[in-house]
Amino acid sequence: MSELEIKSLEERFNQRIANDEKIEPKDWMPEKYRKTHIRQISQHAHSEIVGMLPEGNWITRCPTLRRKVALLAKVQDEGGHGLYLYSAAETLGISREEMFDQLHTGEAKYSSIFNYPTLTWADIGTIGWLVDGAAIMNQVALINTSYGPYGRAMIRICKEESFHQRQGYEIIMTLMNGTDEQKAMAQDSLNRFWWPALMMFGPRDADSPNSEQSMLWKLKRKTNDELRQAFVDQTVPQAELIGLTIPDPQLKWNEERKHYDFGDLDWEEFWQVVHGHGPCNKQRIDARKKAWNEGAWVRDAAMAYAEKSSKREFKQAV
Amino acid sequence: MKNWPLWEVFIRSKNGLEHRHAGSLHASDAKMALENARDVYTRRMEGVSIWVVPSAQITASNPEHNGEMFEPAADKAYRHPTFYILPDELKHM
Repeated sequence: MSELEIKSLEERFNQRIANDEKIEPKDWMPEKYRKTHIRQISQHAHSEIVGMLPEGNWITRCPTLRRKVALLAKVQDEGGHGLYLYSAAETLGISREEMFDQLHTGEAKYSSIFNYPTLTWADIGTIGWLVDGAAIMNQVALINTSYGPYGRAMIRICKEESFHQRQGYEIIMTLMNGTDEQKAMAQDSLNRFWWPALMMFGPRDADSPNSEQSMLWKLKRKTNDELRQAFVDQTVPQAELIGLTIPDPQLKWNEERKHYDFGDLDWEEFWQVVHGHGPCNKQRIDARKKAWNEGAWVRDAAMAYAEKSSKREFKQAV
Repeated sequence: MKNWPLWEVFIRSKNGLEHRHAGSLHASDAKMALENARDVYTRRMEGVSIWVVPSAQITASNPEHNGEMFEPAADKAYRHPTFYILPDELKHM
């Protein structure tokens, strides 16, 4: 194809997106659109899968059976969400194995929040409430994204996600109705997770070079700073309702803006964790690699069994 | 090592409705594909029947040929009821 032809195809493509038409897997798309989507969707998938690790840590230590069934169901959902997203990325021509490889070698990123440890039971509550809350905020905005399979995965995920946030908030609420020690545990957890949760929305708009292109492709419907602000506005009253204090001395309602003003994030910490130097980066990837490598014989055995049985069926048919 | 093939999953949400495409998954054989589809796509009673089809078995039309493919339908307005002009007095038809 000549450059001119590609240019006119691209113009038509951008027009389709501007008209709110969806792009489906076999449609022509610019190479950059394909690559950007593979990157974003696979990293979103990795976040779901790695996100199972900090919570899985608490499944055997839940305080009651009710909490345990809920946490098991939540972690199982995260696995399913990973699957929907990996499948969506596969429609763009990358294989599951390539994506796992990128995760295991550190080439692909995942949400930095999962590089923080879950030290107490309260952290399971905080993760559901804040981390899933922030994820919902991001994901609802993505339901109308231009790439069909990604949008469809988002619809499914958002439907399932709201139970996650409610179960988290309920855990924290229960602790806040408990003893002084339980209240302190909930507050300590919020203190540790508040800033990392705000970091989930990514760098400031001014430092987010790809944002403009992503907005054009509707891969982003709201900017990082808009989503972060919406999250703060939504979460502060939820904290106040149960007697928690947001660990930010600069947090204040701004009557003029009709939004909360809040302090600046520790961007140095943000980039440290993104670049692999967070408290648990190594532990998370090691756990993933171990699961993948130790499961290899199971995958091989299942395939060998399937091949053997299909031969047997064939013989019977003859 | 051989990778598990890809399967497309179709779910009937309740009797009386058609199976609809729900998504896809990898599995070593049809039985595993069905069980995984149940675990992933019907955890909240979304279905009463599941079909799994090897993705490689699906023949799809090419959107680049949508012009020739679907053009024959474009100029046949007489296939729609509104093509026929009837008197207003005729209330229901």
